[in-house]
Amino acid sequence: MADINGVLPAVTIAVPLFASVLILIVGRHENIREAVTIIAATTMLGSVLAMLPEILSGSRITISLLPMVPGGDFALRADAFGMVFALTATALWLLNSFYAIGYMRLLKEHAQTRFFFCLAVAIAAAVGIAFSQNLLTLFIFYEILTIITYPLVVHTETPAAMKAGRKYLAYLLIGGIFLLAAVILTYTLTGTTEFVPGGFLAGSGSALTLQILFLLFMVGFVKAAWMPLHGWLPAAMVAPTPVSAFLHAVAVVTAGVFGIVRIAGWVYGMDLMASLGLGTLLAVIASFTIITASLFALTEDNLKRRLAYSTVSQLSYILLGVSMLSIAGMTGAMAHIPIHAFLKITLFFVAGAVIVSAGKECISDMKGIGRKIPVTALMFSAAAIGICGLPPLPGIISKVYLALGAVEGGMPILLLVIVTSAVLNVAYFFPIIYTMLLDRPDDEHSLDSVSEPPLVMLVPIILTAAISVFIFFFPSTPFMDLVEIALAEIMQQVIP
Amino acid sequence: MTVIDHIPVLMIVIPILASLLTLLAGWYDRRFCYPISLITVLFQFGSAIAILLHVMQEGTIRYSVGGWAPPLGIELVVDGFNSYILAAIMLLAAATAVYARRSVETEIGPEKTVSFYVLFQLLITGLVGMTITGDIFNLYVFLEISSIAAYTLIASARRPRAYVASFNYLILGSIAGGFILLGIANLYAATGTLNMADIAQLLPASYGLATVHAAFLFLVIGFSIKAAFFPLHLWLPDAYAESPSAVTVLLSTVMAKVSIYAMFRILFSVFTTAYIIDTFPVTGFILFIATVAIVAGAVLAIAQKDLKRMLAYSSVSQVGYIMFALGVANQIALEGGLLHILGHAVMKGCLFMVAGLIIYRMGTSRLSELKGVATTMPISCAAFALAGASMIGIPPTIGFMSKYYLVLGALEAGHWVYAAVLLLGSLLAVGYIWRFIETAYFGGLHSDHNEAHPRTAAREGPLSMLVPIVGLALLCLFLGIFVEGVMEVVGPAVSILLGGA
Repeated sequence: MADINGVLPAVTIAVPLFASVLILIVGRHENIREAVTIIAATTMLGSVLAMLPEILSGSRITISLLPMVPGGDFALRADAFGMVFALTATALWLLNSFYAIGYMRLLKEHAQTRFFFCLAVAIAAAVGIAFSQNLLTLFIFYEILTIITYPLVVHTETPAAMKAGRKYLAYLLIGGIFLLAAVILTYTLTGTTEFVPGGFLAGSGSALTLQILFLLFMVGFVKAAWMPLHGWLPAAMVAPTPVSAFLHAVAVVTAGVFGIVRIAGWVYGMDLMASLGLGTLLAVIASFTIITASLFALTEDNLKRRLAYSTVSQLSYILLGVSMLSIAGMTGAMAHIPIHAFLKITLFFVAGAVIVSAGKECISDMKGIGRKIPVTALMFSAAAIGICGLPPLPGIISKVYLALGAVEGGMPILLLVIVTSAVLNVAYFFPIIYTMLLDRPDDEHSLDSVSEPPLVMLVPIILTAAISVFIFFFPSTPFMDLVEIALAEIMQQVIP
Repeated sequence: MTVIDHIPVLMIVIPILASLLTLLAGWYDRRFCYPISLITVLFQFGSAIAILLHVMQEGTIRYSVGGWAPPLGIELVVDGFNSYILAAIMLLAAATAVYARRSVETEIGPEKTVSFYVLFQLLITGLVGMTITGDIFNLYVFLEISSIAAYTLIASARRPRAYVASFNYLILGSIAGGFILLGIANLYAATGTLNMADIAQLLPASYGLATVHAAFLFLVIGFSIKAAFFPLHLWLPDAYAESPSAVTVLLSTVMAKVSIYAMFRILFSVFTTAYIIDTFPVTGFILFIATVAIVAGAVLAIAQKDLKRMLAYSSVSQVGYIMFALGVANQIALEGGLLHILGHAVMKGCLFMVAGLIIYRMGTSRLSELKGVATTMPISCAAFALAGASMIGIPPTIGFMSKYYLVLGALEAGHWVYAAVLLLGSLLAVGYIWRFIETAYFGGLHSDHNEAHPRTAAREGPLSMLVPIVGLALLCLFLGIFVEGVMEVVGPAVSILLGGA
């Protein structure tokens, strides 16, 4: 493992920040503004891809930008695990940008400049979280992400949206305070906040202190939407669909679970987690969330809200994988981040496409809609099947690893959770597929005006689904390779 | 003696002469007032920066006024601590001076501009004097100069409520002045000198005396009133809310900070940490009250219906942060406290300036009448959002950095309950800042799609008001990002406080 210096991590974050300023400046010229977004997204993805070979060869790219306060410089480091998140986020931002442009224009949404400005800053913050070299830098980006997504959540400015926005802000800012407390406490205990593979907390405080610290971190990463602190996520579904799709299925919630995995692997370390009994705690939280959120999802008729609960449930798969404290469990956890992101964004894209082309948000209104929008509906079915864990979609990859991890980690009861959840997934997704594709509309003519969404939206939908299939057939390119390197780092041994 | 050694006294003498000149020139033509005032303040700002740089390199400047050596004569002392405060307050004073012109024209009226600028000048000069003097009685004299100027300036809004506010402040300010004077007299009785450094040297011999304890309490209470330290803040909300905008900015940034400076100076440089921690343990009590202040001020702010009044109560809360540092009294927390003196001045200055611009444009600062104001005033509302984020403590703004130091210091001293309250209390700032953000940005008329409107500064307000607003807002961000540079000044300043020099 070699550390090399390089500016690319900083460039990746600077590009969308710079673009956000440009977006404000050229705001009134819509085409130029959209061009800025697309160019920035492409540049960003290019910049991440340019780092990929170095990272795959086992190096880490570091850049220290500014000295700041005691507790950490403002410093970035691209490592394998960070790349998993960064690559997922930037690839999806590019696709999401096309989709968002189509969506916002077709619905003639207001305040589009603000919308694209906030999205650009948000992606910068998300990648910043991925590339943070220490807890303090991570916290800074984490808070920026909270604040900058607020205008996106309340975009419609209706009283309902404002109410949801307050809830969103309350949850995430209070969480942020807990995270800050955890960061400062970590610094007080150890004198550093820099991530070290395998952890650096061991022996720095009593078991009780470290357990409390972990709880602070857990509440801090409320963005992971674990139950019972998940209330903000379904509420945030009042946002326009590209926001729900990108932020609340990819960037924001992933930032939460990413943080927890980082803490487990790079602050605590597996051994310390095990000796403190934190694995069990995490397993209980994750299992509870997986099952309960799936049950909630069953009862939701609003498609976006059902997907939101599905997200809550799926995110806890990642926590479940961490809780096993085994190699296979961690592999499953890390692999689930990109896999879930690609599948879930497809689902949200379709939900938005249905809103655009048919104006429908409730599942019960979507009877037979698949006859009018067959491609879109098929993509939905494919992604839904993927979440349920059926081939040839990649959901099964992470599930197999999680199942292995449960056995390996000596917690076979978790197998039961995984199986139950799979059944519940089928129970809440297959009715949607049935309604869309096979059911007959109540009124044959009600769907006459419905047609496939425009290409600018349809192509991203097809692409995200296609990439998902690609991940299934070629999992190691590059995600599983990255996961393997990251695991080798934190386990400090060569993974066979 | 080089020129730089004379600058401290020139920073007081020239502005006093300039204020007289303003009066004369204003008699002839009142358009002369603003340029004279602006040039003087800019001169003071430049001097403050020069002094700061000089002190950082060469060490403390001591100047005996009139050549009379201390302890008999008056001494001006500029060390690492007050050169920092001086630079901070002059930065804000300069921004306010630029900002003041248009605000004065509309809120005070043309016939009163002459007296406004004279008093403005005297207020700043009084505060500068308080900051750089090394003589405790001289401090009192400058305090009274600035106070009397402040009372008059508050009343210059010419509304009945402003008169009441001014009168309230006059009463409480005079009580505070009385306390301070009594404290000084007691100190003089105990030590026989008025020079601060001298007192600090002679005082340990009389630490046990009731006279000294009484002096200490008198001074702390007096300056607590002047600094609006909860629950002695009662004059503040009215005074801030009813003053003309430019005066509010000056009071809330420059004057409030100098009062706090004086408190720090008395506690750490005259009485020293040995006294306030061991002989007369007051820090624990201050820490408790400061925490209450943080929470109570914020809760009161949330309850307000008027933007300026809301910001005024926010000041009560923010003073609590600075006093929190005093209560913890270790290196890191005090660094946070001093950082917050600068940070709060910058952000609160920006927020009050936006409030003033809103009054200038809309004629009101009632929150209920400001719905959708961000559509017509996008730049100033963005500045408000940025400074507001700093107030809440969102990284990487300056507000976050000072909060971080405060919590770190409190944890280091083992005050983890207070640290927790401070963290959660800082969330209350979201409560009041967000009320404006929601109203301004999202409470708008639903049909009013802002893409259609051209966004130009010309519609928003005069450039002389916008430039300081934007400048201060950006400063909130840049001071936070480049906090390391500020800490190079603040760190030594805290060492001076703790060293008791």
